[in-house]
Amino acid sequence: MNRIGVVVFPGSNCEYDALEAMSALGAEAQFVWHSATHLDGFDGVILPGGFAHGDYLRPGALARFSPVMDAVAQFARAGGAVLGICNGFQVLTEAGLLPGALQKNRGLTFLCQPTTLIVESTKSVLTRGTTVGQEMVIPINHFSGSYTCDDETFASLVANDQIVLRYKENPNGSRDDIAGVSNVEGNVVGLMPHPERAMSTLLGSADGRVLLEGFVGAPVGAH
Amino acid sequence: MEVNYPVIVDVTLREGIADPEGATIERALPALGFNGVTHVRAGKSFRMNIDATDESSALAMASALAERLLSNPVIENATARSATKG
Repeated sequence: MNRIGVVVFPGSNCEYDALEAMSALGAEAQFVWHSATHLDGFDGVILPGGFAHGDYLRPGALARFSPVMDAVAQFARAGGAVLGICNGFQVLTEAGLLPGALQKNRGLTFLCQPTTLIVESTKSVLTRGTTVGQEMVIPINHFSGSYTCDDETFASLVANDQIVLRYKENPNGSRDDIAGVSNVEGNVVGLMPHPERAMSTLLGSADGRVLLEGFVGAPVGAH
Repeated sequence: MEVNYPVIVDVTLREGIADPEGATIERALPALGFNGVTHVRAGKSFRMNIDATDESSALAMASALAERLLSNPVIENATARSATKG
């Protein structure tokens, strides 16, 4: 898999980081404007961080109705690899492509700091190159990153091995320290931390590479 | 004939969903001399006018748009009410 579409909403601001990370890993990445109605020719799609549509109403609430989201849903249903980072994760939950929701952080502060993550599942397209229990340092940068879901949803997340990553020390009040989840099949993943900002030890951490390498290398239509 | 109905939609967090905003407000109240205030929950309210043949269809439309856009049913409840009644 090497053709990656990076969706750009009005208000996205991490699209260049995502594009650069994909290029650094040898993928052929290009931007896809939110008004696009198909994702033909792509092997994977990234919804980057930022403030899509200003995060008005709720993060992701308006982005969910951008035309490209129908194409993303179709792409995901066909087994395509979809990755939502930070605001992209919020968009995927609002769109119903991932379970749960992201609320304001416990403590009501914007958090911008490195966090230590623990791999909980390796079945997702993001963690397929890692091992369970592996620790990695990846930065977070969010105000609404507290993962929440009802008990029934939580039970199904556990039963279906959908909890992908947990925080070693919970920074934001997320239920059960959850930092990222996948759909049942594992081809749609969302996480609040930014692996595309952890691509070089010069900039603090290169631990994001193993995640994004897994994503880039995911077999096409494996699911 | 269609009439313009003023409607208010209230969006509140579902029972059992943590509300850090409400909790912070509640903690701040005693310092201002407001004692005995508990169970504070923060929410949102939206006011709009809807063209409809009668009030119940205006409220039905408000409920539908609240469900689809104004609230996230995973964590929030939405209720529509007339803005003309007290």
